[in-house]
Amino acid sequence: MSDDHSKHHIVQPSTYAAILGALLVFTVLTYYVAFIDLGVLSNFVAMGIAVTKGALVVLFFMHIFYSTRLLWVVVVGSFGWLALMLILTLGDYVTRHWDIQQRIFF
Amino acid sequence: MSAHVIDSQVIVQTEHKEQENYLTAGYSLKSWFLTLDHKRIAILYLISVTAMFFVGGVFASLMRLELMTPQSDLFEPDNFNKLFTMHGIVMVFFFIIPAVPGVLGNFLLPLMIGAKDVAFPRLNLLSWYVYIVGAAFTMFTIVSGGVDTGWTFYTPYSTSSSQTHVVPVVLGLFITGFSSILTGLNFMVTIHRMRAPGLSWFRLPLMVWSIYATSIIQILGTPVIAVTLMMAGLEKVLRIGIFDPNLGGDPVLFQHLFWFYSHPAVYIMIVPGMGVINEVVTCFSRRSIFGYRAIAFANVGFVVFSFVVWGHHMIVAGQSVYSALIFSILSYLVGIFSAIKVFNWTATMYKGSISFDTPMLYVFGFQGLFLIGGLTGLFLAALGFDVHVHDTYFVVAHFHYVMVGGLVMAFLAGIHFWWPKMFGRKYPESIARFSMILIFAGFNLTFFPQFILGYLGMPRRYASYPDEFQVLNIMSTAGGSVLGLGFLLTAAYMIWSLFFGKEAGKNPWKATGLEWEKTTSPPPTENFFETPTVDEEPYNYANRDFTKDFNEEVKVGA
Repeated sequence: MSDDHSKHHIVQPSTYAAILGALLVFTVLTYYVAFIDLGVLSNFVAMGIAVTKGALVVLFFMHIFYSTRLLWVVVVGSFGWLALMLILTLGDYVTRHWDIQQRIFF
Repeated sequence: MSAHVIDSQVIVQTEHKEQENYLTAGYSLKSWFLTLDHKRIAILYLISVTAMFFVGGVFASLMRLELMTPQSDLFEPDNFNKLFTMHGIVMVFFFIIPAVPGVLGNFLLPLMIGAKDVAFPRLNLLSWYVYIVGAAFTMFTIVSGGVDTGWTFYTPYSTSSSQTHVVPVVLGLFITGFSSILTGLNFMVTIHRMRAPGLSWFRLPLMVWSIYATSIIQILGTPVIAVTLMMAGLEKVLRIGIFDPNLGGDPVLFQHLFWFYSHPAVYIMIVPGMGVINEVVTCFSRRSIFGYRAIAFANVGFVVFSFVVWGHHMIVAGQSVYSALIFSILSYLVGIFSAIKVFNWTATMYKGSISFDTPMLYVFGFQGLFLIGGLTGLFLAALGFDVHVHDTYFVVAHFHYVMVGGLVMAFLAGIHFWWPKMFGRKYPESIARFSMILIFAGFNLTFFPQFILGYLGMPRRYASYPDEFQVLNIMSTAGGSVLGLGFLLTAAYMIWSLFFGKEAGKNPWKATGLEWEKTTSPPPTENFFETPTVDEEPYNYANRDFTKDFNEEVKVGA
């Protein structure tokens, strides 16, 4: 355990400040993007910003960026697993009605 | 440290090793209920899950009694609904899921990896208490009138129509889920951090790989069922529209979320059972396992694929036909990992020096019954066939062949195999073999007719049925009686053996593994007199001299 502690990365306050700034910028961006009509892309843009913010929190505030490969595996595996649940569940909803499928894909 | 001091320690430890073990370390109730010893916690689980097994068994017996006649004469249909629901809830959540991890996993994991205990002993005890609190809620539900939704709690019936005690039982399962999560977390950390020197990942007994895989599924899946059941509870109490179409919800969403956990839960049940089979089949074949890495990675395959097949439970439930197609294909793929294991166990036995002691008989039982259970699972993964037999007794027979024929056989194999290690005494071998045959015959007589009943169209969950199904139902009930007798006999001789069984010695099966070769039976509180080191592959039976006495004293420092 002492080895782990000795390797523990100390994050500079300036890094935290920069991440905080980025999160605030993205929050403001989310607000203003909501007023722009992007059609079907609206959801993707909003989700893209949210995922980026989430990634910043996980990587820097939760220190994953400086962690061991095992922790990277845990984090990536967990989100991959969540993606499996969402993709396969939403796969049902997207394809459940033929007319909806036609509108999206054809 | 001087040689003199070491010598005196050796003498002291040698003197005490025969008298002191984890069972004799304390006799008060406090020493049991506040224990941090993983072995004692395993015994607490053993008593708890056995009690729940008999509660669930009583419900099953009452159902089979009702089904002896075509009319619903013993129970009103409403009460019959409660019987099968409570049978399912008790057996699934309070017996099958915690049985192998809670009992054998707790007892064996630290012993198998050469550790003194699990990584978080207090968390381990907390897991058991959380399980007991969840079980208490469920028992409260039973005595206060029961619940009638089926163990699956399908909405909107469970949240809108059912007038039974859905909320307390859902709360109980929500609480019990945390027991499962905490145990999984504890085991994963233990395996990562507490392996003995020399015990690399590919020297681990495959039981440990199985427990590791099971733990991942527990940690990833259980929160989903907990949240899903909580949402169902909130919908019922607060009328928040999540699953009920009248409130703007989607009932199929409940099924997605429910089966996202509950299908992997099948692997929480069966994978640790498969771990037991690895240990027993090698010991009683006197051979190294065939395809160690293939079996180890098959566990990983189970973890991944168990999470992507849930939709095969929903083929006729209103999900998209395209989803059904994908889930059907994925369900076929998960069979590959079962096949890897079953073929490798068979190859392990090939040219082995096989003996037919009770644990091995249970392995044979497992192989045959799990094969039938697994293959009929492939039938059910086929879209056309599933439409024909969905919600019939074919499905009931299938999952009982997997869960009882698979898991319970493996659990009994493990309990018989490690009983001498757990309690230092042997069970009576002849009665045990007879009992195994009773269980095997009773099981087949109970559930094989149900395949035929289902194929002929008898739906599950009904108290009455057309007259032409009576003969097969009577066969099934008769089989249930034989099965019940087998379980009771097993419980009786196991309890008898605690007091009157022959002293087992350290290693009665001449098995390999740290728990057999490096410690006494029963083990001391801290498992080993000194930290063992590992310098060979697992299951190295080729390097053992079976003419020597495997029960010789544990040499401190050896």
